[in-house]
Amino acid sequence: MRTFYGTDLPNPLMLGTAQYPSPAILEQAFRESGAGVATVSLRREGAGGAGQTFWQMISDLNVLILPNTAGCHTVKEAVTTAHMAREVFGTDWIKLELIGHTDSLQPDVFQLVEAARILTDDGFQVFPYTTDDLIVGERLLEAGCEVLMPWGAPIGSGRGLNNEYALRAMRAEFPDTPLVVDAGIGLPSHAAHAMELGYDAVLLNTAVARAGEPATMARAMKLAIEAGQLAHQADPIEARDMAEASTPVIGKAFLT
Amino acid sequence: MKIVLNGNPREVQATTLADLLTETGFSGRVATAVNEDFVPATLRPSHTLNDGDRVEVLAPMQGG
Repeated sequence: MRTFYGTDLPNPLMLGTAQYPSPAILEQAFRESGAGVATVSLRREGAGGAGQTFWQMISDLNVLILPNTAGCHTVKEAVTTAHMAREVFGTDWIKLELIGHTDSLQPDVFQLVEAARILTDDGFQVFPYTTDDLIVGERLLEAGCEVLMPWGAPIGSGRGLNNEYALRAMRAEFPDTPLVVDAGIGLPSHAAHAMELGYDAVLLNTAVARAGEPATMARAMKLAIEAGQLAHQADPIEARDMAEASTPVIGKAFLT
Repeated sequence: MKIVLNGNPREVQATTLADLLTETGFSGRVATAVNEDFVPATLRPSHTLNDGDRVEVLAPMQGG
């Protein structure tokens, strides 16, 4: 069992807390999902103290907290945000996002590696949102990351695993590193797919929060992730091009 | 003194970051930055503000 900086996840689902129709629906979705980790962010506090209300609700979920650096475009901005998040949330965990492209929200992997090195040296436990590039993965591990979170598809796109080959290669290349498919999951089948490849967890938000029935989708994700995880453990058969009869040929009656 | 608080210009009496938070009604779990540099909570009482400073006060929010 791969651990996340020494911590066993209670459940291989990391669920975002954004975009739900209401706080009550967010709570229902978390309950149904069984998620072990909630991702959160830092934003300007409003006059009414909305952040404090949100914090109380998240605390009551009784899950691990993974703050992000969403929306950061420079190393300086991401590092400063991480420091602020550590103080507010009281955790060394940080989901490091360094956005490089406006439309695809593709990570800027060059800045990502630099920021990961700085934050690791500052005592953070970095969860880098990265691409499925093997060399970038190696550089992130060299920088001190002990977890990699490649994208399945662009954030919020719901396209599933755009490049199964690359994700499979990543699993093979880093057999001892916890790997999380982060972003792009739209359906439970996508989440199951990631787990079937041997990934340790999936991180998703939009697929649940923007579904017509978020709590129902949360439960569907939970079941799919469990199914995918079991399937991986069960050592699936290899796909083949030609048919292979499953019913025995021996003993078949001669009736023609 | 005139500062920019969370993007909004405003006139304040406070001379330190800690006093500014009190004056403007912030409490609870917040993190602060002045002129794009993080200022830990422990340093807020001794952090003197200057005219034109840009202060950010951030709090927990929804995120993916």
